[in-house]
Amino acid sequence: MKLAALFRTALVLLLLALVIKPTWFTWAFAPFAPDNGAVIYERASLLSLSLSHLSLVALASTAATLVAVTLAILVTRPAGSAFLPLSRTITNMGQTFPPVAVLALAVPALGFGAGPTLVALFLYGLLPIFENAITGLSTLPPATMEAARGIGLSHRQRLLRVELPLAFPVILTGIRLSVVIALGTATIGSTVAASTLGEVIIAGLLTNNTAFVLQGGLIVGLFAVLIYDALVQLEVYLSRRLGAGSSGALASKA
Amino acid sequence: MPVRSTAWLSPPGVLLAVLGVASLLAPYMTLAANRIVAGEGFKAWQVAGAEFTAPGMLAVAIGLLLGLLPRWHWLRLTGAALGLAGMAWLLSHGAPALLDGAGDYARVSPGAGFWCLLVILALLMADALTHLSPGPLARIGLLLLVLLLMAILLNSGALAQLSILQEYASRKAAFTDATWRHLGLAFGSLAMATAIGVPLGILAYRRERLRKAILPVLSFLQTIPSLAMFGIMIPLLGWFVSVFPGAKAIGIAGVGFAPAFLALVLYSLLPVAGNVVAGLQSTPASAIEAARGMGMSAGQRLLRIELPLGLPVILAGLRIALVQNIGLAVIAGLIGGGGYGAFVFQGLNQTATDLILLGALPTVALALLAAMGMDVIVELTRATPEETS
Repeated sequence: MKLAALFRTALVLLLLALVIKPTWFTWAFAPFAPDNGAVIYERASLLSLSLSHLSLVALASTAATLVAVTLAILVTRPAGSAFLPLSRTITNMGQTFPPVAVLALAVPALGFGAGPTLVALFLYGLLPIFENAITGLSTLPPATMEAARGIGLSHRQRLLRVELPLAFPVILTGIRLSVVIALGTATIGSTVAASTLGEVIIAGLLTNNTAFVLQGGLIVGLFAVLIYDALVQLEVYLSRRLGAGSSGALASKA
Repeated sequence: MPVRSTAWLSPPGVLLAVLGVASLLAPYMTLAANRIVAGEGFKAWQVAGAEFTAPGMLAVAIGLLLGLLPRWHWLRLTGAALGLAGMAWLLSHGAPALLDGAGDYARVSPGAGFWCLLVILALLMADALTHLSPGPLARIGLLLLVLLLMAILLNSGALAQLSILQEYASRKAAFTDATWRHLGLAFGSLAMATAIGVPLGILAYRRERLRKAILPVLSFLQTIPSLAMFGIMIPLLGWFVSVFPGAKAIGIAGVGFAPAFLALVLYSLLPVAGNVVAGLQSTPASAIEAARGMGMSAGQRLLRIELPLGLPVILAGLRIALVQNIGLAVIAGLIGGGGYGAFVFQGLNQTATDLILLGALPTVALALLAAMGMDVIVELTRATPEETS
C-alpha cells in the first residue's frame, strides 16, 4: 500500500514538473523533435492549457452531474415512473453515440470554440451519471427503505437522508466514467478550436514533431490516470464509510 | 407494477408531442449559396408549395397525435413510422423547390427543426417498442426492415439533391474506401483483441495473482485519452520499424493504419479480457462441481461448461469493444489512418458542415447498428441455457 502511495506521489510530481517547468525535460524530448525544430511546445503555456482543459471538464461534469441526478430522481419517483422505460432507452442508445461524433455534430449547430466542446462534454457526460443514478436509486435495500418509512421520514427526508447517501457510491462511479470520457473528448476539442492540451498533440501531428505529440500525450495521459485513480480512491473510502455490506454490492453491479 | 395504465394520455407521448410541435417552429431546411457559407432557414410549411407541405406536415402531426395514446403501442409505433415518412416526403419535395432558381452552387440541407423532429420521432418509436418488447428475432427483422427502407430511400434519388448526398456523390470512391477502412479498423482490432484477450482472460481467471496485476493495468490503459494514445503509438511504432526493418515490408509504419490499429487493440483488451473473467466467474459452483464429479479435466470443464455458460457475458464484452472501436476509429483520421474520421477532420478544417456530417453520420449509424445487432446476439446466447434448464 505504501509503495502505491509513493508511486502516486511520484507521478503527481512528474505531472506538475511537466506542466510548470517543461524546459526541464528538453533532454528527454529532444531525440523525438525534427532537426532544428522546437522541442518544447511554446505557442501557449502548458499550464494555461492544462487549466483551461481541466476547467472545461470540471464545468461540463458538474453541470452534467446536477442535471443527470435531478432527472434520475424525477424518473424514480412514482409520478415520473412513466418516463423510466424511455429514459433507459435514451441512455442505452445515447451511449453508443461515439463521443467524437457528438463533438463533430455540435460544430454545425454551435460553431467553433469552447462552446460546442462544452455542450458535447455536457450532453455525453449526462448518460453514465444518469444511468448509474437510476441504478443506485432503484436498487436500494428494501429493508432500509421500509425502516426509513417506519420511523416516519417524509418523502423528502427519505430522499435526502437515506436514498441519495446510499446511492452516492454508485452515482460516483458514473461521475468517474463521465469525467474520464470528458477528459478524452476535451483533448479532441482542440480540433474545433477549444484551447485544451490536445492542441499540443495536434500541433505535433501537423508538423511531424513527435516531441510535441509525446509531451501532450504524456501530460493528458497522466491527468486522466491520476484523476481516475483519485475518484476510485474516493469511492473506496465512501463505500467503506457507508458499511461495506450493501453499498459494496451495489458498486460492483454498476 | 401499475404504471398508471388508467391515464388518459401517455406522459412521454405528451412531452414528445410538445417538443415535436416546438421543433416544427424551427427551420426545417436551410438554403445556402454554396457549401461553406451558413444558410437561410425555412420552416416546414415554407419549403415548398402547400400541395406538398400539407401532406407531409399532416403525417407528422398524426404521428405525434398517435404517440399520445396510453395503450395500443402498435398504433403508436405505426404513427411514428408515418411521421418519419412525412419527414422524408417534406425533404424530397422541399429540396427541388428551394433549389429552383437558387444558382448552380446552392445547397439545401436539413435544418435544426428536421434533426430535432427526427430524434423525437425516433424516441417515440423507441418508447412504443419498449412497451411491445419484441423478441430478438423480431428485433432483427425490424432492424433489417429499417435498413431496407433506408437503402430504398437513399437509392431512389428522392433525396439526391440534399447537400450531404451531393457531397457523397462527389466522393463516392473515397467514401467506399473510408467505409472499408473504418470497418477494417473496428472489426480487425476487435478480432486481434479477441485473439489476445480471450486467452489472457482465461489465464487471469485461473490465476488470481495474474488477475490482480492485469485488470488494473488494462483499466488504466482505457482511461488514457484517445488522442494521446493514438499519438504515443506513432513514435512507438516508428521505433519498432527502425529496430525491425522487416516490419516495414509487411506494411507496418509509424503513421497511418498501424498505430491506429494498435491503439484500438489496446483499448479493446479491457472489455474483452475483463468480461471473459467475469463470464467465467459467473459459472454456478454447482455446475463446476457436477462436471468435476463426472471426471472432466480442467480443459474439458472450460470448453464444455465454463465458456458456454459465460458466453453471454463474454459477448457483451465484445459488444462494448466493437461499439467503442467504431467510435474511436474516427481518431485514426487525425493520424492518417483513414476511415470516416478523415472526412470529419477534413470537414472541420474546411468548415464544411456536409463533409463533417458525411463522416459523423455513418459512424453513428454504424455504432448504433453494431450495438443493436450485438444485443440481439447476446440475447440469443442467453436464451438457450435458460430454456434447457
